[in-house]
Amino acid sequence: MNIKILGSGCPNCHRLEANVKEAANHLGIDAEFEKVTDMKAIVAYGVMRTPALVIDGKVVSSGRVLSVGEAEKIIG
Amino acid sequence: MELFTWINDYLLKMNWLKSGIEAIVSMSGLDPAGNVGASLTFFIYDTIKIFILLSVLIFMVSYIQSYFPPERTRRILGRFKGIGANMLAALLGTITPFCSCSSIPLFIGFTSAGLSIGMTFSFLISSPLVDLASVLLLVSIFNGKIALAYVLVGLLLAVTGGTILSKLKMDDQIEEFVFQTVLSMLTEEKLTTKERISFSSMQVKEIFRKVWPYVLIGVGIGALIHNWIPESWILALLGQDKWYSVPLATLIGIPMYADIFGTLPIAEALVAKGVGIGTVLSFMMAVTALSVPSIVMLKNVIKPKLLTVFVVYVTLGIMLIGFILNAFGSLLV
Repeated sequence: MNIKILGSGCPNCHRLEANVKEAANHLGIDAEFEKVTDMKAIVAYGVMRTPALVIDGKVVSSGRVLSVGEAEKIIG
Repeated sequence: MELFTWINDYLLKMNWLKSGIEAIVSMSGLDPAGNVGASLTFFIYDTIKIFILLSVLIFMVSYIQSYFPPERTRRILGRFKGIGANMLAALLGTITPFCSCSSIPLFIGFTSAGLSIGMTFSFLISSPLVDLASVLLLVSIFNGKIALAYVLVGLLLAVTGGTILSKLKMDDQIEEFVFQTVLSMLTEEKLTTKERISFSSMQVKEIFRKVWPYVLIGVGIGALIHNWIPESWILALLGQDKWYSVPLATLIGIPMYADIFGTLPIAEALVAKGVGIGTVLSFMMAVTALSVPSIVMLKNVIKPKLLTVFVVYVTLGIMLIGFILNAFGSLLV
């Protein structure tokens, strides 16, 4: 599973990354994590609000920090 | 009308809270009317009041805003052109949630969808400036007339700004890559009620985390102004009869990166000391509409010439509003 966190480095992006990593841990999923901070790359996904979560190339959430529970539901 | 007064006094102004705190302060031996007692009362009462209002208002407002993600705003705006479009963009800017770190993706997203520069800028000006939670807080700290005036001039500033900027035909001032960005239309996430509640609570926590130091500092400064700084000093710098009060207030506000919630107690204290309402609103607008972080972000997507025009326009616009509101101040307070 390839998980990308899109965000330009503000605290919300870090929180999303932390929550998603924890969710992956809970589920025992071994995912490849990537942080995308380049604006052009972020916008290429069609995202208008950061932070955003991309799983295996598909944007699954944008503009909010998912709780660990919500992240688990999305990844699992 | 009775209901409105009740809501205003109990929920927004929380007079009961002030009396309660005064009682506690006098129990501890301090005279609530004396300088120290009054400052302490003000500090505790205002801090608690703002924190409560902040939590409730942000929750409610975020819930409403969850129905208006930028994707939806963009889709709605895509159908309009001209001044009407700018007005709609400014209005939607007030209810679309957006933190300054999203300003670039948002700008690019709007522009690549074909929305005119005018619309995008109307949105960018009104979004940080006029925001439901702060308007309600204005009603609490001042009154409904002032809050309404703030919203109207804010929207006016946004629409005029968008119109001027589009008339200047500065499309060449937007970085090339913005137009080259392939527009990918994301399907709007349909949120369940549970997700909306989660989003709103998260927003309250996030904003609280960001904002609490500013609120404390703002209330602290407000307390100093109320009870310690001599009125003559304040009026010397910011009195209504001083022509430089508005420009001074505006220029001090621009580089400040504080949250509007932190500026409110300062504004309240200044008005109580006789500073013109226009001067104070100019200060608040300057703090929210322009900030060093958002200008730095915008620099990535627009070239210096347009950026300068934008900053200069907003600055002068705010000053003009300040002068006008000071002139009409008696009608509002």
